[in-house]
Amino acid sequence: MTWETVIGLETHVELATKTKIFCSCTTAFGGDPNTHCCPVCTGMPGTLPVLNKKVLEFAVKAGLALNCAITRRTKFDRKNYFYPDLPKAYQISQLYLPICRDGRVDIGGGKTVRVHELHMEEDAGKLVHDPWIDQTRADYNRCGVPLIEIVTEPDFRTADEVIAYLEKLKEALTYLGVSDCKMQEGSLRCDVNLSVRPAGSDTLGTRTEMKNLSSFKAIARAIDYEAKRQIELITEGKRVVQETRRWDENKDATYAMRSKENAQDYRYFPEPDIPPVELSEEYLDALRAAQPELAGAKRVRYQADYALPEYDCQMLTSDPALAAFFEATVALGAPPKQAANWIMGEVLAALSARAMEPKNMPLTPPTLARLIALVTGGKLNRNTAVKVFEAVFDADGDVDAYVKAHGLEQIDDAALVEDVVDRILSANPKSVEDYRSGKEKAFGFLVGQVMRELKGKADPKTVNELLRSKLS
Amino acid sequence: MKITTELVDYISELSRLSLPKEEKAAMTAQLERIVGYMDVLDRLDTAGVEPMSHVFPLKNVLREDEVVPSQDRAELLAGAPAPDPEAFLVPKAVE
Amino acid sequence: MNELMNLTALELGAAIKRGDVSIPEVTALALNAVECAPHNAFITFTPEQALRRAEALQRGLRDAVSPLYGVPMGIKDNICTQGIKTSCASRILGDFAPPYEATATARLAAAGGLSIGKTNMDEFAMGSTTETSFYGPVKNPWDLTRVPGGSSGGSAAAVAARACWYAIGSDTGGSIRQPASYCGVTGVKPTYGTVSRYGLIAYASSLDQIGPLARDASDCAAILDVLQGKDPHDGTSLDGQYGHLLEGLTGDVRGLRIGVPTDCFGDGLDGQVRKAVLAVADVLKARGAEVVELSFPVMEYVVPTYYIIAAAEASSNLSRFDGVKYGWRAGGYDGLTDLYNRTRTEGFGMEVKRRILLGTFVLSSGYYDAYYRKALQVKAIIKEAFDKAFQSCDLLLTPVAPTTAPKLGESLSDPLQMYLSDVYTVSVNLAGLPGLSMPCGFDGNGLPIGAQLIGPHFGEGRLLNAAHAFQLDTDWHKRAPCGSSSAACGGAHPSPSVPAEKAYKEGGILA
Repeated sequence: MTWETVIGLETHVELATKTKIFCSCTTAFGGDPNTHCCPVCTGMPGTLPVLNKKVLEFAVKAGLALNCAITRRTKFDRKNYFYPDLPKAYQISQLYLPICRDGRVDIGGGKTVRVHELHMEEDAGKLVHDPWIDQTRADYNRCGVPLIEIVTEPDFRTADEVIAYLEKLKEALTYLGVSDCKMQEGSLRCDVNLSVRPAGSDTLGTRTEMKNLSSFKAIARAIDYEAKRQIELITEGKRVVQETRRWDENKDATYAMRSKENAQDYRYFPEPDIPPVELSEEYLDALRAAQPELAGAKRVRYQADYALPEYDCQMLTSDPALAAFFEATVALGAPPKQAANWIMGEVLAALSARAMEPKNMPLTPPTLARLIALVTGGKLNRNTAVKVFEAVFDADGDVDAYVKAHGLEQIDDAALVEDVVDRILSANPKSVEDYRSGKEKAFGFLVGQVMRELKGKADPKTVNELLRSKLS
Repeated sequence: MKITTELVDYISELSRLSLPKEEKAAMTAQLERIVGYMDVLDRLDTAGVEPMSHVFPLKNVLREDEVVPSQDRAELLAGAPAPDPEAFLVPKAVE
Repeated sequence: MNELMNLTALELGAAIKRGDVSIPEVTALALNAVECAPHNAFITFTPEQALRRAEALQRGLRDAVSPLYGVPMGIKDNICTQGIKTSCASRILGDFAPPYEATATARLAAAGGLSIGKTNMDEFAMGSTTETSFYGPVKNPWDLTRVPGGSSGGSAAAVAARACWYAIGSDTGGSIRQPASYCGVTGVKPTYGTVSRYGLIAYASSLDQIGPLARDASDCAAILDVLQGKDPHDGTSLDGQYGHLLEGLTGDVRGLRIGVPTDCFGDGLDGQVRKAVLAVADVLKARGAEVVELSFPVMEYVVPTYYIIAAAEASSNLSRFDGVKYGWRAGGYDGLTDLYNRTRTEGFGMEVKRRILLGTFVLSSGYYDAYYRKALQVKAIIKEAFDKAFQSCDLLLTPVAPTTAPKLGESLSDPLQMYLSDVYTVSVNLAGLPGLSMPCGFDGNGLPIGAQLIGPHFGEGRLLNAAHAFQLDTDWHKRAPCGSSSAACGGAHPSPSVPAEKAYKEGGILA
């Protein structure tokens, strides 16, 4: 029998706001335990939540990018359960009127995945067990960090489709600037709901939910493992138990966490502390108008407008800050292909050497554009330009001032160059002889002598041409 | 509506309360009486009435996304029943 | 000296401002009064802080603006005061000293407020008698064998016993108005959203509101002028024209339409209470108000609706008390769940546990629609009934409670009966309206009777002015219980300080 795997995803994405969803504490990752906290996010009695404006904006932007219908009147609800990472013993979330519903994502290959809903909620804290004292430490720094949870319909059939969707999601959300989507820091977390059924069947099998998937690789492996496990169970005449399973990266296996059969009764009810949110048509229009061009659209445009190869387009759009840098450099007059080469070459190398993200790059587009202009204008040769680039990168230095201060301008005084060429030729009769007798190597030596005399500042092309004409 | 011991056990578990036996029996009887009285609401036809969670037409109460320094950790932890300089302590709670 | 204890807060504030008396002097008087009083009105008494504060306020007197500057008061123990124990009268909060201050008390402090301590209350404000306090019951200053009402029983008793000039309470279903009524003081539950709830330990978030208990309507107006205001830390707080209540007290009620809902004066209401409350209408009528009878056909639904909603929210609000972050933790636990169970089972009293279980039940899977959702629908109907009533009148006159203060120990054995006694007050919270309770007479046992005035949203000015008008012509609010720290002995005897022509003549009933 052939089997079909049916997968739905619940993805939690931490939003890149400066402050938490209901208080003004920083959302910065890391920090000593309980130092990004206040009475509100530690659930002290008497404190009240006040919604962060930016969270709403980011959730709507994400919903628009996922082609969702935006709920015009949205509300928060309380989800009640006891766990030490949740200091109020309820999570403020959305059940009855989530902010976005009914979206779809084109994941390529003619496949579309339906988004059931997208809602806003608060993150929980972190628990770390200390075996020395046999106690668990609760750190509430992450409590109240804003999340959107994106729930898909069970539309995936393979791990590849899941990864394609997640890549797409990640690309869209980073382009929108609503999240940095760093799985290693937990800002993108994924729960996978998976069931299997005989191919062709239209009823769903019993599903399991897998948690603790911290990389795309882990997701793909967990899906393969779990599908295989379920098929084996059924083939052996056993039953799949509806449960939550945890992926163990080291053992390459999933194991049962807590049974969903004693499903929690979360007693959701409308959050009395937060008045409803109504989104006006003007508000939505303004956000629609401000939606940035996403990576896919950019790639198409770069190919069409700048005639860049597909590889370049892919590289330049791999990061929104990089793409923005490229576009700004081109807008300042740099030839697109040259700008692309500089960015894919020197810029990425410099970033990588500094373990720096593009959005934190000190170098600005005007500086790179000026450097490229000096090269194309014949004022600086490419090799010298690379040295200048290295020198100005960290402080976004003034290219012209640096070139002038270090006397690096390319010599375009034809008379001076000719004078030097003449002097070198008369000082090296042996080499001239060798060249004329067919020894091409002698030509290189002569070029080197001229360049040396001119301290490398002449355009090598001009020197070449002049020498050849004098020697012929 | 009959309030059974099983129901009281169920809601007690959800509420993280474990009533001693005598208390539970009294509570069950009281809850049955109270809930029975609440059934008076059934007399009122509420078909088509929108449930009202907020009595005021207040909406869109939002805050700017501006960081305010967090509270001193020692102050936040000062009232914790199990003292630790960095965190709130609980019995093992990691799966 | 005892004369000072009988002044209203505003009178004392004026005397302080004039230099007739110093703030440390009056503070010492209040502290002494609390120490001598047998009512158990305070859970945490802070004489050192109060005296230090009094000295500091005295030094700044020259720049004082507020008419309440330097007047000693009490704060209900469910309102967070930075660094000072805030217990909600519950074992589970232990010695919790909040690292933050409630907005309401911060506003009072900015106006020169001076707290002498935290007043006793029903545990988590759940109760109508102040007998559910972990710190023991409060006794009614008019009769020490009776309850002061609740849940703000400590605040009401302290003001009635002349132990302080005013107090702050909270009202979720009548918790300011009912004890004000039982203790013969004036109390206001303001329009929902006009006083910040930030720092008020929540019982039922959609119903809770902080308000004053004081000697008369003028004091309440002055206190509300300080308390009310939009607070960015409370998302349910409302913008409004605040701070003009005191200056609006003219006593002119000509043309004011007083609605008397006949449904509130039927079965179950004590005859003496009925008579005294209806007499309020006569006094106001004599000053030019109109009295209109009207029907309010939702009375039988208000108590169940209130208890479903309040219990549901309470079950969620009180989940955070788990022995982990603050407060008290049970001993002898084995593992996390046992820690939660023991701490909560031993840390909460019976009434609190009853409401948590009730609230958990009405929200639980399978019962949500039949109870909680239904209650939210009925709430909409109750709100509509008020809207309709306020089309034909400007404010409503009702009793506060069906009887005067019951004996200690009589109420808790039958919770449902206790809930039913909240019938006149809870609907005001459900609809978010302002409500005022003021003394309007005494029963045969010498116990105070209270009348309730209910206004439309933001109708505080109207309520207070009507109460002020009533108090200009009557002296019920000036009576002090025997054995209080003032000289005057009240009870059913009219105070000699009130001119005879202004004293209200008993016997008037609504035609």
